[in-house]
Amino acid sequence: MIQLNDVRKSFEQGEVLKGINTVFNTGKTSLIIGQSGSGKTVLLKCIVGLLDPDGGDILYDGRSLSGMNKSERSILRREMGMLFQGAALFDSMSLLENVMFPLRMFSPMCESDQIKRAKYCLDRVELRNSYDLYPAEVSGGMQKRAAIARAISMNPKYLFCDEPNSGLDPLTSIRIDELITDITKEFKMTTVINTHDMNSVVTMGEKILFIYQGDKAWEGDREELFRSDNEKLNEFVFATKALQKKTATQTL
Amino acid sequence: MNLFYHVGRYSQLMYRTFSFPQRWNMFFKQTWKEIEKLGADSLAITLIISLFIGGIMTMQTQMNTENPLLPSYTTGLVTRDTLLLEFCSSILCLILAGKVGSNIASEIGSMRITEQIDAMDIMGINSANYIILPKIVGFVLFVPFLVVYSMFCGLIGGYCISLFTNLITPSTYIYGIQYWFIPWYVYYSIIKALVFAFVISSVSSYYGYYVEGGALDVGKASTNAVVNSSVLILLFNLLLTKLLLS
Repeated sequence: MIQLNDVRKSFEQGEVLKGINTVFNTGKTSLIIGQSGSGKTVLLKCIVGLLDPDGGDILYDGRSLSGMNKSERSILRREMGMLFQGAALFDSMSLLENVMFPLRMFSPMCESDQIKRAKYCLDRVELRNSYDLYPAEVSGGMQKRAAIARAISMNPKYLFCDEPNSGLDPLTSIRIDELITDITKEFKMTTVINTHDMNSVVTMGEKILFIYQGDKAWEGDREELFRSDNEKLNEFVFATKALQKKTATQTL
Repeated sequence: MNLFYHVGRYSQLMYRTFSFPQRWNMFFKQTWKEIEKLGADSLAITLIISLFIGGIMTMQTQMNTENPLLPSYTTGLVTRDTLLLEFCSSILCLILAGKVGSNIASEIGSMRITEQIDAMDIMGINSANYIILPKIVGFVLFVPFLVVYSMFCGLIGGYCISLFTNLITPSTYIYGIQYWFIPWYVYYSIIKALVFAFVISSVSSYYGYYVEGGALDVGKASTNAVVNSSVLILLFNLLLTKLLLS
């Protein structure tokens, strides 16, 4: 479980996060949604510790991130997996080596066990025949799947995804969403996804946090999403023509 | 103020870089790769430049020295000392600042903008130590070989001129490059090159590591890395010459 208590962050141009309070539960897929520039990437970076919040606290199963020293943070980070917007695979390594990388750095496993584990993770994301390919040789969807395999290689407790579907076609996006949902259940992880893809919101949103101008404007689940009378949320959600149609049909 | 900002940030980065590697076997493997990429891959350019500069220096000295009071072996002596004192350390490193410096800055800069460095940080890896330390160690370790290799190639270049032209006889050239040889000049050249290699690899890493933006900014970082490394090489050259030779 990840708990956010009054998380604040400012930059030179002003306050980006204005005191966010929420809880992301274990075994659930939680989504942070909002328009571009609303502060959701900054929030995700604060949660994972790439940015230090100016105020408030983030608790990982009761452990305060701001109260941790360097080595404690380093240990916590080994419990995290992250899927970046552009996959962030290491260009100089094959997909297998990419997945093996965290194992090589931190795991006490011998080389053959590391290979076995990396192959298991790649098989899990359906990349059985691509072990020796390099990131430049595979498609965007395959890169994302390899990045998921790398993220889960160390059996993380927490999985973070920054715009997992950006740049992907709708079918590949659905496959990635399904994969993340399945893996979250299978590995009993706390998964937090930063997205503005409404398809993902509708299919995955067990918990949805809507950020508007750096503030928590709404939170709930996907069922509550369509019943909400929050004006800003509705503006954001029903900007998609398909969803306007879907809701109109449901109303009729 | 800007200078202090950069010096402070550079010092912080070096503090993070010079810590014990998290996995020694990975560090040695990376260092070996960097020796190959930054050092061994520079052998060809070092050969070409040194060979030609050695030859040209012999020709220029011979053609422009008309004083009958100067002994004929002066050409070999001047060629040798110029190569040992300045070319094989300072000029070679200025050239390598262009090749190696831009390579380091663009590689690390690309890793930064594609979030590969963030990915390492998230995993709990000291990215500065993992990426930068092998580059610095690899290049600093290999530079003495490049310097000695450059000296050898430069002298061979001069010898070729004596062989294939009528400007100077090979025996006079050989006598000249052996005459009044001071071994300290070789050490002096190596010491300078070690410092320059550190400057090139660390300054270029600094500019690459802190890139913000896109591909255009990687290009700018690469240019800044080369320009600033070159200026620092010139400054340290002055300082080290004063310290080691006077």
